[in-house]
Amino acid sequence: MAAGAVDTTLRGLSDRLWTAVIGRDEPAALRLVAEAADAGADGEALLLDVVAGVQHRVGTEWAANRITVAEEHAASAITDRVIAALAQHRSGPPPGSPGRGRVTVACVDGEWHALPARFLAELLTLRGWQVDFLGARTPTPRLIAHLHGTNPAAVLLSVSIPTHLPTAHQAVTAVQSLGIPVMVGGAAFGADGRYARLIQADAWAPDARAAADLLAGGLTGHRTRQRQQIDDLPHLADQEYTFIRRSRAVLVRQSLAALEDRWPAMRSYSTAQRERTAEDLAHIVDFLATALYVDDAALFTTFTTWTADILTARRVPAASLRLGLDILADQLHDYPRALGFLGAARDTLPAMPTGPGSEVDA
Amino acid sequence: MLVVGRGGVVVGTNDAARSLLLEPAQENTAPNTAEILTAGGRMPRWLAEAHGRLESTGTPPGAVTGEVAGRTFQAHPSPTEDGDVVWWLVEDTDLRLAEQALHSERERAALLADISGALLSSLNVDRCTEVTARMAADHLADAAVIVAPSQGRRHSLTHAQVGGEVTQVMVPIDAGSVPGLAEALRGFPPVPTRWIDPADLPDWVVPPGFDRPIGSVIVTPLPGHGMPAGVLILLRSSTHRAFTDGEEVFARLFAARAGAALSAARLYAEQASITATLLRELLPPRLERVHGVEYAGAYRASQDHERVGGDFYDVHPGADPTEETFVVLGDVAGKGLEAAVLTGKIRSVLHALLPLSGDHQQVLGLLNGALLNSHHTRFATLVLASVRRRADQVRLRLTSAGHLPPLIVRADGRVEEAATSGTLVGALPDVHMRSVEVVLAPGETCLLYTDGITEARGGPLGDQLYGEARLREALRECARMPAEAVVERVQMLAAQWLDSDRHDDMATLAITNPVGGHGSPHVVVDGPADRGPHGKEL
Repeated sequence: MAAGAVDTTLRGLSDRLWTAVIGRDEPAALRLVAEAADAGADGEALLLDVVAGVQHRVGTEWAANRITVAEEHAASAITDRVIAALAQHRSGPPPGSPGRGRVTVACVDGEWHALPARFLAELLTLRGWQVDFLGARTPTPRLIAHLHGTNPAAVLLSVSIPTHLPTAHQAVTAVQSLGIPVMVGGAAFGADGRYARLIQADAWAPDARAAADLLAGGLTGHRTRQRQQIDDLPHLADQEYTFIRRSRAVLVRQSLAALEDRWPAMRSYSTAQRERTAEDLAHIVDFLATALYVDDAALFTTFTTWTADILTARRVPAASLRLGLDILADQLHDYPRALGFLGAARDTLPAMPTGPGSEVDA
Repeated sequence: MLVVGRGGVVVGTNDAARSLLLEPAQENTAPNTAEILTAGGRMPRWLAEAHGRLESTGTPPGAVTGEVAGRTFQAHPSPTEDGDVVWWLVEDTDLRLAEQALHSERERAALLADISGALLSSLNVDRCTEVTARMAADHLADAAVIVAPSQGRRHSLTHAQVGGEVTQVMVPIDAGSVPGLAEALRGFPPVPTRWIDPADLPDWVVPPGFDRPIGSVIVTPLPGHGMPAGVLILLRSSTHRAFTDGEEVFARLFAARAGAALSAARLYAEQASITATLLRELLPPRLERVHGVEYAGAYRASQDHERVGGDFYDVHPGADPTEETFVVLGDVAGKGLEAAVLTGKIRSVLHALLPLSGDHQQVLGLLNGALLNSHHTRFATLVLASVRRRADQVRLRLTSAGHLPPLIVRADGRVEEAATSGTLVGALPDVHMRSVEVVLAPGETCLLYTDGITEARGGPLGDQLYGEARLREALRECARMPAEAVVERVQMLAAQWLDSDRHDDMATLAITNPVGGHGSPHVVVDGPADRGPHGKEL
């Protein structure tokens, strides 16, 4: 069957594109997709199965420490140009129905992962929408100013990193207050979109195709106009999120000192290594604060489990992470929700080996 | 007062009760459904039922309320010793009417608050008009039409009907065809709401698909800020009762709010359009590959919602590959719009000096003179670069005028500082500088940046400067990266370093000799929303 042949062709293309992207051979990457498009490959399949597939593999390879951050950046830059070249390659208006409306696609402020939103923007363009793509890290005031000017039928917001959920909540509420419906998507919202429901987004989609289908069905806006962010999250009244966000630097400084005290291996760290450790601690605090914001221990545990895997891949004992959580718990004894989350995450991690020379005490 | 015996028989009444309950009934032999006939006379059904409930349960209920001859009464029971019940009737008609009036006033106040909220939420003219039309149709009439002020000879008409879609069309209409419309559209002299005869309505007023006969019509102006915001026409079908005076007053209140919101939206749209036009020349340009050399720039203004500031960059491509491409990146003292205006002047001066761009010393000397003679008291620091490809190599001549020296990222990850230095421009009568020649092999990058990057304050421990050492460390990983990946990475690390919203303008510009050599196709990127990957606006 022809479709099977195409599938095989696309799979082969994916492998060749991966080789070109990871080898920083931009001309080859551009040539590969141009040839496939000329040969009549389906636009959506080329965009989402081949190009987005390769980009997904870049992320996986980075997490497994098989490529460096710099290689990941270089690969993403090439992917970005490949997408642009594909868009350029489409001559004339897309085959979609001309009556589709105008929509805005953006990443929330602080979110640098622009590619998932870019893929979505391209797909929607393919399907006949008039798309304003505002790119990575769009400050909410700029997004709102854009919406005042363009009055789109819907806004689609992308968030990859969970620590941007509070910002996403603010952006979603702000857009809805204009009477414009908001669809959200991206890894930050959880595999089942639970955080999208929590922040009262009008819709959530697990991937670009689902988002395009939902959008085609029509989005209904939020009708309660007087809603404020705090109405969605009554648990914020305990101020734990506020405190931990505000005290981030202090918590990291104290934890770093305590870690040095209790983990002998750290004393031989270089300045750069100590700074990496401080950054890791800052990440832990950021994710803990986000978990408190959404009131979900699972968000924090997912992060610590993932971090443990990353640390292991980079030959740092995951037990140091458990120690870090213990140290944070010592400083947060007045904050019951935070303590609960730290405890739940801690129990999933291996304990510090108590060998000779270890000064870890109970 | 009336006394009711067992079985609901009226056994006694006083004069007042007789005149209210019994006498009119004696004249009229057939009891209506609201009354029942007992041996002693007629009594209201609601009272008879309350009496029945009292007898069957044996417990005295509280007061019951009911209507008699268009008036409302509260009836309070008090059982007597011989088993009869004395019902004391107290009239509360006025209280009830007052309560009803209060209730409907409250509903209107809540509706007005709701309407104000909905109208104030958007500064988009189309959306504001749509919201106004929909709310008018939902709360004031069966259908509504908003006639916007004319654009040329045509008017935008927004139609809405209860439960239907809101539609907008732009059509030529004769304002004289609806009585009062022309005056209302002119906004002066002030005109009251006009009631008009439905028979006088031209077809364009009726919303498409509205097939019921029209019974009553109101035309009311939408008062704007000094100029009319449009006219609201309300339509009710003949099956619906006509507008009351109270409803007409309410329609005027609604129109006042809608008019104010529409005026604000129009004003905002005008201002936004003016700002966009003025800013266009000040926005950082989109960069792309020129004569086999990659250029990428990224800019982040100190105020995140602003798009311009005191940093700037430009790339002026050479006329052909043998000519030098002239690159400039600079930083004007100060930030915000005022600094941005000066960057615009400097960029214009440098553009005019392009024919001399081969001689950096001369260009900077002339720019210095121009700045000293202008009324601006600000000074600026800049880096100039003249770039030309020679076979596999890219040759740069770099000159810093009081600016941070560019950093060179070698293919093996070494990071070097370009040995150029000089005085800033716009402060002293003479400027002196030392230029340097740098050669980039494939995979190497020269990064020009402003101090907003290195002076980013924050970090995991808080309140630390990002600093040049961290920047160099980050650049070590940027060997063999495309230009845009280098600027994006540097901007990302600096942004993530920040622990508050306070920061200076941050500009980065990378000049890269691409890994694949200069044989790569020239890709012109036309990203949507004017935001291609090369000229990233951050």
